[in-house]
Amino acid sequence: MGFRHLVSLFRNLLHRRREDRELDAQVRAHALLLADENVRAGMSTQEAQRQARLELGGVEQIKEGVREIRAGHMVETFFQDVRFGLRILRKNPGFATVAILTLALGIGANTAIFSVVNGVLLNPLPYPQAEQLVMLHESKPNFATGSISFPNFLDWQKENRTFSSMAIQRSGSSFILTGLGEAEQVNGTFVSSEFFRQLGVVPLIGRDFSASEDRIGAAPLAMITEGFWKRKFGSARDVLGRSLTLDGKGYTIIGVVPASFDLLGTLRLQEIYVPVGQWSHPLLTNRAAGLGIHGIGRLKPGVSVEQAKADMARVTGNLAEVYPDADKGIGAALIPLREWMLGRVQRFLLLLFGAVGFVLLIACVNVANLLLARSTSREREFAVRKALGATQRQLVRQLVIEGMLLALFGGGTGLLIAGWGMRAALSRLPAALPRAAEVGLDARVLLFSAVASLLTGVLFSLLPAIKMSRANVHSVLKGGGRGGSGVRHRAQGALVAAEMALAFVLLIGAGLMIRTLAALWNTSPGFNPRNVLTFGLSLPAALKQANPETIRASLREVHAKFRSVPGVRNVSFSWGAVPMSGDDEWLFWIDGQAKPASENEMNWALDYVVEPDYLDVMGIPLVSGRFFTERDDEHAAPVAVVDEVLAHKFFPGQDPIGKRLHLNSTGQTAEIVGVVGHVKQWGLDRDDKEDLRAQLYTPFMQLTDQAMSLSVSGLGVIVRTQGTAPVFESIRRASRAISTQHVVFSPQTMDEIIDGSLAERQFTLILLAVFAGLALVLASVGIYGVVSYVASQRIREIGIRVAMGAQQTDVLRLVIGQGARMLFAGVAIGIVAALAFTRLMSRMVYGITTTDPETFAAVALLLTAVAFAACYFPGRRATKVDPMVALRYE
Amino acid sequence: MAPDQTNLLHGTLDMMILRALTRTEMHCLGISRRIEQITKGTFQVEARIALPRLHRMEEQGWLVSLWGESQNNRCAKVLQADGRGTPPTAKRKQNDGAASP
Repeated sequence: MGFRHLVSLFRNLLHRRREDRELDAQVRAHALLLADENVRAGMSTQEAQRQARLELGGVEQIKEGVREIRAGHMVETFFQDVRFGLRILRKNPGFATVAILTLALGIGANTAIFSVVNGVLLNPLPYPQAEQLVMLHESKPNFATGSISFPNFLDWQKENRTFSSMAIQRSGSSFILTGLGEAEQVNGTFVSSEFFRQLGVVPLIGRDFSASEDRIGAAPLAMITEGFWKRKFGSARDVLGRSLTLDGKGYTIIGVVPASFDLLGTLRLQEIYVPVGQWSHPLLTNRAAGLGIHGIGRLKPGVSVEQAKADMARVTGNLAEVYPDADKGIGAALIPLREWMLGRVQRFLLLLFGAVGFVLLIACVNVANLLLARSTSREREFAVRKALGATQRQLVRQLVIEGMLLALFGGGTGLLIAGWGMRAALSRLPAALPRAAEVGLDARVLLFSAVASLLTGVLFSLLPAIKMSRANVHSVLKGGGRGGSGVRHRAQGALVAAEMALAFVLLIGAGLMIRTLAALWNTSPGFNPRNVLTFGLSLPAALKQANPETIRASLREVHAKFRSVPGVRNVSFSWGAVPMSGDDEWLFWIDGQAKPASENEMNWALDYVVEPDYLDVMGIPLVSGRFFTERDDEHAAPVAVVDEVLAHKFFPGQDPIGKRLHLNSTGQTAEIVGVVGHVKQWGLDRDDKEDLRAQLYTPFMQLTDQAMSLSVSGLGVIVRTQGTAPVFESIRRASRAISTQHVVFSPQTMDEIIDGSLAERQFTLILLAVFAGLALVLASVGIYGVVSYVASQRIREIGIRVAMGAQQTDVLRLVIGQGARMLFAGVAIGIVAALAFTRLMSRMVYGITTTDPETFAAVALLLTAVAFAACYFPGRRATKVDPMVALRYE
Repeated sequence: MAPDQTNLLHGTLDMMILRALTRTEMHCLGISRRIEQITKGTFQVEARIALPRLHRMEEQGWLVSLWGESQNNRCAKVLQADGRGTPPTAKRKQNDGAASP
């Protein structure tokens, strides 16, 4: 746009009136000149003027032609259209409210879901060059992403050529903190020294661990998190250099980790970071022991994940040759950080995003239908405008601008709904969704909802606008007003059918989730989760150095104390795996077979180290033999109980009772004394698909002396309660009564654990159900509106039919038949669309297929019933038509 | 009408208007009659076509307008080609193909 153009633009916009006057004068002068010409040609003055007018044509049209060409014309007419549109909306508050609310629901739901997608998937990870970060695991025969042994990690770090740095972390450890108020349990993570540096995390104050400080035998140092710093030290800056007593050992505080750091975005509370070399676990230097250590590395610039994989294959291959005992069959699994964090949620978030898009489409269709229905009352208005010379383009523009106004108001209201809906949705699922804390209404979300609103506006107003602007001026102005209404009914019918189809797809989605969850809820976990409470227990740190007999005596005392707490029925300590919350594996080989050459050739089993009451506490059925008794203690011969899976897998067709197992992890040889039911360790849905399902139980009191002293710093307690009354506070009091250094922590009921494992599906179900409900309501409003509108248009015809003797049922059939056609078309399209779309859900469903015929039938029935109900009312009204009134109608 | 053709016609009309205005300033009707004369009656430019075009050319700075008087003392807006704002003929030719009159 040149300078001259700008000048014209301003002149035209600022001096519109003067420009108009001048134009008027010019056109009039033109007419006079024409007349003069005619007079010169010999006409009478009157005839000359008439001929001049004829030649000139419509004065207003000419003026409009000039105005259109002027700079700024677009802006000017745009504002004119906006003003006019606002006036029209004010004149029809009922219509405007319904349309705006419909759109607000659609846009609001979309904005809410988009803000989640934006925060979780679109925003970059909060680390510099996050694309270089790769999660590292050991791939083992039983685990694709198993934990790394410390010696292997040190070799990986040394031998690789593709990583600029590599670090490990072992989260989920707990320390008992003493010397700072009452003794308490704090969450700790062991890290290697490059951990923070490679993630670009800068300590708030102080420093992070330097290169050699993570070695075994280095001085004990600790970093604390901002939250812990605030809670325990009131954010005092002199905290650096102070000593922290963890598990009875003094650690020097060297730095504070900012609260914003949360590696996997899971919001798990972290309090303390300690160099991995400080871990007193006896197996830390064992090359075959995983111990829950996982790694993260930063690729050198320009190195691809594939190259790094090849490099690590070389490194692990070499290690397998050097240490065949521990490392045969062990590889490295490299997964980009982003994929590790978000790969799982990406699918279901996009699924929800698609579903909510359907809701918006339905809202669009509904408003388009409202506009179409309203077009009757505006038919004359548009015919008049057309007769006055408005072009089709101008009419369409006017209507589209009206639509945009509706959409913008809808979008604005939708933002309010989104803000509220987002908080409501997130509060349902804080744990299962990584990065939930980063979800919010930022600029991108606002832009999204603005663009969504405008596109919606164009989408729903374009079809009615085109239809309306094509109306035949003559027939409309003649007063019939029925010109083209047949076409419009077809359009409305098609829109309703589309709406029904969209609603059908959403209902199928929700239906499949309901069936899935019902199937999961009906799936027995293999134990009775009702009234079962789990929590952690740690004993005074001084006991660590005590002899195992003292520890056992202390544990027996605690057991008796807990057992006597009112409301507690049964108590069992637990070590090793806990159903659905933590796994632990032991290696074994069967007595009578040769000891396998390496650990990798041994058999694996999930190990549960429990007390005699465990079976009662968990409600696991005993299949044969016996479970442990009090006599299976440290003085008795080692015994074991296996589950049905282990029995079938390793003793097919035999009775396992009396057989003996060599337990590699403890060095014991235990005799199998009983078989119990299988417990779904890996979750209700996943357990069937896992490789490692064999389960092995051993008595707690037969734990090795070494493991016994380890258990001092933390073991599990599982309690069956009488009724649902909370007992944890009483247990805490009982524990404190023994000593202030007995700490109980992290209470969780089994029901909560199971619910947690279903949280993602429940979240999907709730949202899909909300969307499907919205869709159903909108679609039934849509079909109701169209059927009643069509019925009102046919009131004369119905009157004649009644006058000719049509019965009420005939009239009802006539009206409902109209709706039924739309409905059946919609259901037919919906079935096809649902078959295509639900394939995306195949990973979320359980126990059914995505083409589950029962769900399809039920949804089709539901939709049909609702649609018929929606058609019944206008049909009913039509039967009440008095033929006399109807015939006199026009 | 395809946009190409519209542009071609507009371009042609612009050139004819400018040609009509080479010798002397004229009002709208005069320009129409002059074009009719030049093209030997092939083009009869009506006011509803000519006026918007003249305004457009004026906004683009090819023409200047002022209120003057016609031969028989009618007050009329007269137009003259603006020497400074002569259209970039070469460029237009390129855009419009065979647009030269």
